[in-house]
Amino acid sequence: MADMTRIGLFPGVSLTAVHTKKFKSSVLGVQFLSPLSAETASANALVPSVLRRGTARHLDMEALSAALDELYGGSIEPVVRTRGETQCVGFLGSFLDDAYTLDGSPVLEQAAALLGELLLEPYTEHGVFCPDYTAGERANLIDRIRAQINEKRSYAVKRLKEEMCAGEPFGVDRLGDEAHAAALTPELLWARYQDLLRRAPIEVYYCGSAAPERAAGALRAALAKLPQGGARTFPGRPAPHAAPDVPREVVEAMDVTQGKLTMGLRTGIQAWDDAYPALLLLNAVFGGTTTSKLFLNVREKLSLCYYASSGLMHYKDVMVVSSGVDFDKVEAARAEILAQLSACKAGQFEDWELEGARRSVVSALRSSADAQSRLEEFWLGQAVAGLSESPEDLAARVEAVTRAQVVEAAQKLALDTVYFLKGKEA
Amino acid sequence: MQQQNYPRVGETLWREELDNGLTVFVNPRPGFQKSYAFFATNYGGMDMRFQLEGAWQETPAGVAHFLEHKMFDTQDGNALQDLAANGASPNAFTSSAITGYYFESTEKFEENLKILLSFVSVPWFTRESVDKEQGIIGQEIQMIEDDPSWQVFMNLLQALYEHNPIRVSVAGSRESISHITADTLYACHRAFYTPSNMVLCVAGDVDPERVVQIAREVLPAQGGPAAVRDYGPEEPARAAQPLREVRMEVSTPLFQLGFKADPAPRGQERLRRQLMGTLAGEALCGASSPLYARLYREGLINQSFGVGYEAYPGCAFLAAGGESRNPEAVRDAILAEAARLGREGIDPALFERLKKAAYGAMVRSLNSFENVCVEQAQGYFAGVDYLDFPAVFDSIGRGDVEAVLRTWCAPERAALSVVRPKEEA
Repeated sequence: MADMTRIGLFPGVSLTAVHTKKFKSSVLGVQFLSPLSAETASANALVPSVLRRGTARHLDMEALSAALDELYGGSIEPVVRTRGETQCVGFLGSFLDDAYTLDGSPVLEQAAALLGELLLEPYTEHGVFCPDYTAGERANLIDRIRAQINEKRSYAVKRLKEEMCAGEPFGVDRLGDEAHAAALTPELLWARYQDLLRRAPIEVYYCGSAAPERAAGALRAALAKLPQGGARTFPGRPAPHAAPDVPREVVEAMDVTQGKLTMGLRTGIQAWDDAYPALLLLNAVFGGTTTSKLFLNVREKLSLCYYASSGLMHYKDVMVVSSGVDFDKVEAARAEILAQLSACKAGQFEDWELEGARRSVVSALRSSADAQSRLEEFWLGQAVAGLSESPEDLAARVEAVTRAQVVEAAQKLALDTVYFLKGKEA
Repeated sequence: MQQQNYPRVGETLWREELDNGLTVFVNPRPGFQKSYAFFATNYGGMDMRFQLEGAWQETPAGVAHFLEHKMFDTQDGNALQDLAANGASPNAFTSSAITGYYFESTEKFEENLKILLSFVSVPWFTRESVDKEQGIIGQEIQMIEDDPSWQVFMNLLQALYEHNPIRVSVAGSRESISHITADTLYACHRAFYTPSNMVLCVAGDVDPERVVQIAREVLPAQGGPAAVRDYGPEEPARAAQPLREVRMEVSTPLFQLGFKADPAPRGQERLRRQLMGTLAGEALCGASSPLYARLYREGLINQSFGVGYEAYPGCAFLAAGGESRNPEAVRDAILAEAARLGREGIDPALFERLKKAAYGAMVRSLNSFENVCVEQAQGYFAGVDYLDFPAVFDSIGRGDVEAVLRTWCAPERAALSVVRPKEEA
């Protein structure tokens, strides 16, 4: 296993450094953590995109691209993600590892410096973001919000989350909404940026061949101009919610040839609970893998769907079942999905189903150490949740889960909301 | 086994050709938890007309992909389940040119490799299972037909090409797959799943000799020659039609602008063309180009915009696309920029930066076992030594890329495909 080290760079600013020589690239990231909220989500999502347009020293994207090309085609991309009810916005960069440069010159320090420059030295006009960059990226953000409808599978999941978690922070999309986005001006966005700089906890990440102390040194220097003195308060844990007595039903029509049946369940178990590994395993037995009940029965045996799978919304007490079905098969598919859920609750799964699920969950956790992007995703989630358990340690807990614990986790599942996207003629 | 070192990218490749004609490559990766195996046949959606046992066969669109789905069936059950039960993540894909089966696993690698080699080489189809698969694939076809990114790309290929089978959807249509029977599948397996038409690529912390030993144990000792295939007459250089448009439920128009490149020959020149095509695309409208900056500033393109070069049997093209409120304006700007670059040349400093960036991106892509194995397999089928790409980069000058821009990026070679929103005023 690669070694993970946590190093405090400044108060409320922490580095997660993974030391490994396995990769040809190194990954650098800086994320501001902000409570997910409709009021600030769009502005937070817009900040990194506008920052990425230009800095005081590299005035436009062409100049930034040139600087990145010189770093062997390194990338620094704006990212907007959520972990539970925390929105994480910032940059994620990937650079050639020092060992493979043509002249042996180190990339890390220069890459960290460019990242710091993007975060802390934006191109401004009249003391705020420039109107051009703000308007351009605001239009792009609105386009991205509107474009969510293009991918029907993920759109159906987004709509389910909005309906099921209306009134909870989790119901807010990571990009916010069009109305809030459209109202953003250079001044409003600047104020949001200043608030992030002063008050948001900041998670910094490095994975590569450099020793953690060297990475910390490079990043401390790169972030030296960060305003100090404000309290950076970590967001709290999402409050648990119970499913309604009668599940909510939402049906919408669109011009599609295949229907999307999406079901949201409350898990009653969260990432901080001792029972969490049992929930991971239950999800794999029910619908998380190609040996799962949903795959084998709903898809393979009955040919009711092209796909049918379940997934956990990490750091939030929600599981989503997602399937693509012919319009006339939706009732049959729904009945079969619920029948498979009942089977899990009744402990009706064979040992091979349980062990296949366990191998799959353990393998996915262990191999996450082999992919830099997956490892970064994992550690960001853990950092937001205030957890320090490694993928390897979580895998060890999954190995120890008993059948009875899986059944117990299944019995906590409760159907909350059903969202069906049907065709217009249906 | 032969061992080849690639010091510039810090990798080693072991190679062996078995008596049955199969070539095996192993890329050792010490320190990794997972291992990855990729078993591929040089047979894809394009291979619809071929000669088997002396007679020409015409097969419906979608057979290679249908076969890929059905190969997982074994006489005793389903290989997908067997692999998944070992904690492996198995899957497969069919492209226009190849079909590949693979798994990634952190334990029981040798057992998983045996399962992979066995299910891909031993066909087992029944009428019932073929009938049922028609339902599942029919659903898959509907799903991709609802996907605007797929539509815009498929329409581009149909606009660029007159008859090359790259125009045909890899999955076929609901109608075309209705003609597929168990006999069709057996015939195509016999024609294309012979070891000499296949390759096995493995990456991970594994013993290369053991991989070869297992391949010898599991696969037949002898194999026949691969079928001869026909992609029709050579394509003219010009695009078949300049514009194709459809309407779908999308928020912003999607577009792909294609330029018909010259088909790439076999051998290392193919890789050279690929890198020249990549650099030409980057110089023309890649993220570091002056044109990209201008189009982005004017709001004509956004982050979804990308450009790339692709080569298939008998055809190759450059494609640039994404979302735009005005795809025609983007097309006109790219055509004008291509003409300008052809006239004035590429800025030398920009060219050197682009080369450095493209080189770094290719080295970084070697992190992915899947990428290494798939590139190695495709390279092998095309006579390319993929990991030798740094030497190929060295051989490419600015003049090479300018020549490519002048020839390929001419207006008569261009086609535009657009997916427009339904209720556009």
